[in-house]
Amino acid sequence: MSNGQNETGRREMSGAEMVVQALKDNGVKHLFGYPGGAVLPIYDELFQQDDVEHILVRHEQGAGHAAEGYARSTGKAGVVLVTSGPGATNMVTPLQDALSDSIPLVCITGQAPTMLIGTDAFQECDTVGITRPCTKHNWLVKDVNDLARILHEAFHVATTGRPGPVVVDVPKDVQFAKGIYTPPQTAPRTSYQPKVQGDLEKIKAAVALMAEAKKPIIYSGGGVINSGPEASHLLRELVDLTGFPITSTLMGLGAYPASGKNWLGMLGMHGSYESNMAMHDCDVMICIGARFDDRITGRLNAFSPNSKKIHIDIDPSSINKNVRADVPIIGDVGRVLEDMVRLWRATAKTDKKALYPWWEQIAKWRARDSLAFKPNNDVIMPQHAIQRLYELTKHLDTYITTEVGQHQMWAAQHFHFDKPNHWMTSGGLGTMGYGLPAALGVQIAHRDSLVIDIAGDASVQMTMQEMSTAVQYEAPIKIFILNNQYMGMVRQWQQLLHGNRLSHSYTEAMPDFVKLAEAYGGHGIRCEKPGDLDDAIKEMISVKKPVIFDCRVAALANCFPMIPSGKAHNEMLLPDEATDEAVANAIDAKGRELV
Amino acid sequence: MNAQLQPTGSAYFIAKETERPENHTLSVLVDNEPGVLARVIGLFSGRGYNIESLTVSETEHEKHLSRITIVTRGTPHVLEQIKHQLERIVPVHRVVDLTVLAGELGQDRPMERELALVKVAGTGDHRVEALRLAEAFRANVIDANTEHFIFEITGKVSKIEQFIAIMKPLGLVEVCRTGVAAMNRGPQGM
Ligand SMILES: Cc1ncc(C[n+]2csc(CCOP(=O)(O)OP(=O)(O)O)c2C)c(N)n1
Ligand SMILES: [Mg+2]
Repeated sequence: MSNGQNETGRREMSGAEMVVQALKDNGVKHLFGYPGGAVLPIYDELFQQDDVEHILVRHEQGAGHAAEGYARSTGKAGVVLVTSGPGATNMVTPLQDALSDSIPLVCITGQAPTMLIGTDAFQECDTVGITRPCTKHNWLVKDVNDLARILHEAFHVATTGRPGPVVVDVPKDVQFAKGIYTPPQTAPRTSYQPKVQGDLEKIKAAVALMAEAKKPIIYSGGGVINSGPEASHLLRELVDLTGFPITSTLMGLGAYPASGKNWLGMLGMHGSYESNMAMHDCDVMICIGARFDDRITGRLNAFSPNSKKIHIDIDPSSINKNVRADVPIIGDVGRVLEDMVRLWRATAKTDKKALYPWWEQIAKWRARDSLAFKPNNDVIMPQHAIQRLYELTKHLDTYITTEVGQHQMWAAQHFHFDKPNHWMTSGGLGTMGYGLPAALGVQIAHRDSLVIDIAGDASVQMTMQEMSTAVQYEAPIKIFILNNQYMGMVRQWQQLLHGNRLSHSYTEAMPDFVKLAEAYGGHGIRCEKPGDLDDAIKEMISVKKPVIFDCRVAALANCFPMIPSGKAHNEMLLPDEATDEAVANAIDAKGRELV
Repeated sequence: MNAQLQPTGSAYFIAKETERPENHTLSVLVDNEPGVLARVIGLFSGRGYNIESLTVSETEHEKHLSRITIVTRGTPHVLEQIKHQLERIVPVHRVVDLTVLAGELGQDRPMERELALVKVAGTGDHRVEALRLAEAFRANVIDANTEHFIFEITGKVSKIEQFIAIMKPLGLVEVCRTGVAAMNRGPQGM
């Protein structure tokens, strides 16, 4: 073999070389990072090779979210390299974000030299201690001869089972030290053996239950996306075979196409009326790769009271955590769906007639048109802006990321996803500032695609500096800001819960987003009139540079429908019922203590 | 609507707990590597679980395996979560709820023992009485001079509690306890 390698690929090199070699051996093409004293040896190695492209961000948080966007849109691990101390602590938010949304990230941090650990050395911090609760696993490497094994293990742990973020903390002396590099091995550690194959007896029981169902619903989540494109394919097959209606969580959008005829729209707090009502009234619920999060279930003890629940998840701790499953199936969604589809074909014949009354009922709920909003000829309604954005981009290979707030929910409601891995949003943690760097990460992975961050005016200012990164790497991301001058979602809750006292949710000083775009070397567009919107969006699409689109929308629009806090799925507040009075009385006194 | 169905007014629904909390003893087999105990303890503090007692030591040196024994308190639902959450920790090999297993084996409860060192200082009648009671409890004297004893006592938690309570009026100075070590009866391992 080349480079003086012996047959097994073992050879002597420095710790820093090992880091780069391990990246290559694990198929890494891009790396997001920011240098500093404790990682300079690794940066020196990066400088001397071309296989791994390093993307220099402007803030470590940006590297983390970019890597998340990269991971979610490719199905591969996102990789981050940051220095010790502040570099590592700046990564905490994206690590927790990735943990909450099960995104595979491998983060390599520099650390003070081993002999200085514990002495409060310059830029020393307890990185493994700080990141322990926000990673799936982490390692402090004290011996260069452990480094290669740990790096390979890090990729394995991040990407298998329920995916998640990992941290490998590498002291500077370990980066300089010479040791033996070992290539990735197939035998993982014995204590970590995620169960991927579902129990066949349980799957049979599930199929039997589904075959008898009169009012079934499939409720799918981010686990389907994480399981890979094949899982989405099988999900579609299952829906076609059974004729069951399907809804999805925020994280699962795109696994089943929004244009599919069995699609009920997203469920949960801002989900569609038909999906939430169907969840409430169903007799058999098939939960696939979702986790009965509190934004999904509403009031737990009124959650789908009369249904039998089948729950498929790779993480045993997700089962029976919030909602008791009648048929729990632990395994990889893709594998379980494969068995389920096969068993359904073999044993259950679909009696689509038996589902007619259920579909009739669903049609009645659908007729309530719960996503409707009052059109306006003078100001741009935010929902309208998303609808136009969708109509004008749906023929392209479009990836959407979002920030957090009302705009995020409107994007989920009014932009329709037909493919998995095309929708990146911070669901579990709800991290403002996620969308812009995530879009950058997506664009790095998909150079020729259209990547749009549907942003809020407040959120986007949290990681705006990554515009500069986008310009540097000629990543033509589009930042489509629904600018309502408010932290709209905060204001909406203040209206609901706090007597309309709008404490600090109005942003009195706003940057001129057009000038800001230009200052960064990007392109700025402002649009204030509904009549100008289409042309402005077309301009945005055609510009081959990063664009900030300042879309001035109705400032006081609120996001409906909504399951008000503490209410059940069948107690949704619909847009046409959301009078000021109904909004003010939607939540009772006790809720003010909670969120 | 029954009382439990009143809205709480929040998206976070806090269900009334209907199950009763129980004490369970868990045996956790882990790779003995840096930080593993911090992971286990961090899980308990981070998720608000209780630790009543914790014991840990390497038990298989060749394989670098440690056995952690945790006595925890929770409802059956919470106990199930604790077990699954522990199993998610990468260096954790196995988690056995010894209390549940004892039930399945038709046993009352797992075998549980604790060791305590109990220092008692005093002279005269108190001193004589302390020594007499220690004998009755089969505690060993491991250190003594004319003014104090250190007793070593092993047994069930209840026995140790009782011994300590009895020593209180006799000049109890300090106590050190190991926490519970436990395994199930019968020929099988965990
Ligand atoms: C880092 C962070 N801080 C605070 C919050 C709480 N929060 C949720 S939505 C929101 C307002 C978002 O405002 P904007 O980005 O303008 O979106 P809009 O709701 O107006 O569409 C805030 C402050 C959060 N989710 N993340
Ligand atoms: Mg806003």
